Amino acid sequence: MPPSKEVNVNPFSPLPAVDLSRRRFVQGLALGGAVAGLGLLRPSNVWALTSPGQPTVLSGTDFALDIAETAVNFTGALRPATTVNGSVPGPLLRMREGTTVNLRVTNRLRVPTSIHWHGIILPFRMDGVPGLSFDGIAPGESFLYRFQLRQSGTYWYHSHSGFQEQNALYGPLVVEPAGPERYPADRDYVVMLNDWTDEDPERIYAKLKKQSDYYNFAQPTVPDFFRDVRAKGLGQALAMRRMWNEMRMNPTDLSDVSGHTYTYLMNGTAPAGNWTGIFKPGEKIRLRFINGSSSTIFDVRIPGLKMTVIAADGQDVQPVPVDEFRISAAETYDVIVEPQEARAYTVFAQSIDRSGYARGTLAPRAGMEAEVPALDRRRWLDTQDMMGAMSHADHGGGHAAMPGMDHAGVDHGGMAPAPAVHHARSEYGPSVDMHVDMPRCNLDDPGIGLRDNGRRVLSYADLHTIGGPLDAREPGREIELHLTGNMERFMWSFDGIKYSDAKPIHFNTGERLRIVLVNDTMMNHPIHLHGMWSELENPHGQFQARKHTINVQPAQRISYAVTADAPGRWAYHCHLLYHMEAGMFREVVVA
Amino acid sequence: MSMKRRITTLSLHRRLLAALLLALPLAAAAQSVPAASSSAAPVAMDAMPGMDRAGMHHTPMPVSASSTAEPAAKAPVKKAKKLHAPAAPSAAPAGTQRMHHMDHGAMPPMDHGSMHGMDHGAPPATPAAGGHAMPGMDHQAMPEMDHGSMPGMDHGATPGTEATPGMAMGPMQGGRAPADARSGDYSDGIAASPAHGLHLHGSAPAGMLLIDQLEAFHGRDANGQSWEAEGWYGNDNDKLWLRSEGERSGGKLEDASLEAFWNRNVATFWSTQLGVRHDFGAGPTRNWAAFGVQGLAPYWFEVEATAYVGPAGRTAARLRADYELRFTQRLILQPEAEVNLYGRADPARGIGSGVSDAALGLRLRYDIRREFAPYVGVVWTRRFGATASLARAEHQAVFDRQWVAGVRIWF
Repeated sequence: MPPSKEVNVNPFSPLPAVDLSRRRFVQGLALGGAVAGLGLLRPSNVWALTSPGQPTVLSGTDFALDIAETAVNFTGALRPATTVNGSVPGPLLRMREGTTVNLRVTNRLRVPTSIHWHGIILPFRMDGVPGLSFDGIAPGESFLYRFQLRQSGTYWYHSHSGFQEQNALYGPLVVEPAGPERYPADRDYVVMLNDWTDEDPERIYAKLKKQSDYYNFAQPTVPDFFRDVRAKGLGQALAMRRMWNEMRMNPTDLSDVSGHTYTYLMNGTAPAGNWTGIFKPGEKIRLRFINGSSSTIFDVRIPGLKMTVIAADGQDVQPVPVDEFRISAAETYDVIVEPQEARAYTVFAQSIDRSGYARGTLAPRAGMEAEVPALDRRRWLDTQDMMGAMSHADHGGGHAAMPGMDHAGVDHGGMAPAPAVHHARSEYGPSVDMHVDMPRCNLDDPGIGLRDNGRRVLSYADLHTIGGPLDAREPGREIELHLTGNMERFMWSFDGIKYSDAKPIHFNTGERLRIVLVNDTMMNHPIHLHGMWSELENPHGQFQARKHTINVQPAQRISYAVTADAPGRWAYHCHLLYHMEAGMFREVVVA
Repeated sequence: MSMKRRITTLSLHRRLLAALLLALPLAAAAQSVPAASSSAAPVAMDAMPGMDRAGMHHTPMPVSASSTAEPAAKAPVKKAKKLHAPAAPSAAPAGTQRMHHMDHGAMPPMDHGSMHGMDHGAPPATPAAGGHAMPGMDHQAMPEMDHGSMPGMDHGATPGTEATPGMAMGPMQGGRAPADARSGDYSDGIAASPAHGLHLHGSAPAGMLLIDQLEAFHGRDANGQSWEAEGWYGNDNDKLWLRSEGERSGGKLEDASLEAFWNRNVATFWSTQLGVRHDFGAGPTRNWAAFGVQGLAPYWFEVEATAYVGPAGRTAARLRADYELRFTQRLILQPEAEVNLYGRADPARGIGSGVSDAALGLRLRYDIRREFAPYVGVVWTRRFGATASLARAEHQAVFDRQWVAGVRIWF
């Protein structure tokens, strides 16, 4: 890839003190089928071999990306990863708005592969979804992606084939604006969060099909019950559990796959490895957070620093200072921090189920560490995560009967009247385990585990994309889709119909339409529409923020406007990989 | 296994068995239209009352009873519930309390009587079980009540507003699609991508083999080994399902069965099973046609109820329920109850008609991995009625308490 020049915009970030057993990064690889044998290559030998924390940066307009199997070691065991140019994450691709880029992707695996440029607006043939955009990239073959960049910001790329994304086929993608940055910074770091597992992801999926709570090691126990009895009395302890047990739902069902198997990575570095970004006190540092996880939602904070959120999903927003934000799978948030002291700060990203964390450090020099906070206490799902707005409708006795449920953080007063919900006929079958008739519509709820935690936590209500909607037309029609599932059987779908049984969704070319999503499950679902922006609306139907991935909370109703200006076949799905694989996926046809 | 008393109520057993056989297909049917009795319950956690309780109420598990007839009719589930009370508070009256709260807040016009009915929705074949009979409540009428179409049931109470018209609440689980349910088809007739099949996304088959019990038992009268296993292969809706159980004692196979079913998901937590059973071990082999239901009842009871019909007019039924009580994330107590019923005596296999035998087990396992858990436990087994008499005649035990140790494995 001669035309790509290497620039390291992440300045010197040496190898931190390592726990060898935990985080030795052993790199052997086959450079294509011709190279025989696995061995330890010296870094100088290899074109894209970097230490964790020092991502290779490729920039320009022409890129050559090789997908191959590479041995990695995050846990003390050597495991095969599916990598781009031999690194985890893949190289940071830096492009410029307005340019046309050529990306030649070569498959050196034994199975087909693909790369999808997440959040990039491009012709559908370049979108990288096998079966919709193209046939995928066969072993030994190359595919030339070519498209013009009509946007700037922080994005990422990942495989859209099988479970390769879980197996580390991902990397950051940054598009620099054609003009000056709206929020200039002195330093610029990508902070990519991932969930690595030594297990074969297909086995994870198979296990979930057999026992959907396989990875949940936080389930209610008998001692929990007696503790609640002591603390709250028998009646309330029973009441807390009654509805869950009657419904056969698990209040601790926050993540399908947990820290039991995951090692959470920050820029390809396990917590013990402590990825470090260097700064000088007084500098403005831009941190580009990307959640490239397959099945993990993170809550991110940097104790001691206020973060000013300046972009969401690559799109500049009015600055919002926060202490913490939740980043769902596939979302990106850019924040600016301005540390004044010459001390270390921990970048802490705990998983939503509090089963583990990714962690790194911002410090004036390498090797420094700050205190790593304890994981927050696990919370049970709240009644509003089960019943939506209805949890507030029963002020008479409901609250009394649901002690310990925090309703704080939810603006009751500002709650818009719940619009009528229309369940699909296909939602009344074995594939669906609950219906929410009165979903909550408010966007100001940061979500389970973040409500009322004493910190200023970002919510979607805080996001205001600068410049307003791209298309000022009122949506001409509405498509309502329900996010559905059967947790017990690990079935996931839209409207109760999984992808393999589903017909496409048709958008008329050029139309402006509204998509209404109602989450009839107790899990969060980051829903990603390929090819077109999702312009999130507030409960009153006014423009809120432009995103590519919209996280819909349990029992929540959310709407967004889409301009169908991209003819072709597009993927539309939950970005939790195992939900997608189970069928929470649709084809959108713009024609 | 010692029968205390010769059964004097054989006919009752017959009736029970008949009711059970009748109830199974009914229950199965109820799954697909579980809404009939509850479609308007605003928070009908248990949207399939008939279903869920059907298996349970009919489950005669007279484990410690001296008279078999009575407990059989008396919802032995109560016993099971008692066992699990700590973690899974199943006290039904309390449950209704919660429902009350909901109702009062959100839907004043709601008929509470019907709500109770929903909670305890006893299938017509059984008297109201559980001892919290609601005065003035007509259980029999339950199935006829179509809450779904009940006019004036607008529960659209949004905060700060009174009922918003036009927002009928359905049950949170199960139920039947309302008349005005929308179509989920937004295709406008456009066909899927020709390469649709490149993504499995939901259609990949899966399989599992679970050896739930592989154990040695040590009883007062017998030692031996026993197993209980099941395996399945298929997609989300249709599976081939195999089940086997049996025991060896004194080096020879005593009693064993192998079953094969077509397992079809018919409701969120329930599937029907249609297949065959083969009995082997001591005595002549027997073959049966089998049909039943299995699923997860509210409060997390795994329930299996299967009816069998063999040549020469033989009938049988097997009911099983188990539960998991977590002491820690890995230390799990698994109570299990099983009862067998036969419509006709089969002396060659030591079986009398009526409730033949029952077992209640408590196994405490430790999940070293989810897939591998050694356990120890105690099992009480009892033979009843004519079966017990046959056993006594052969100098076999009628009642036994066995210590067991084994391993639970799945792949």
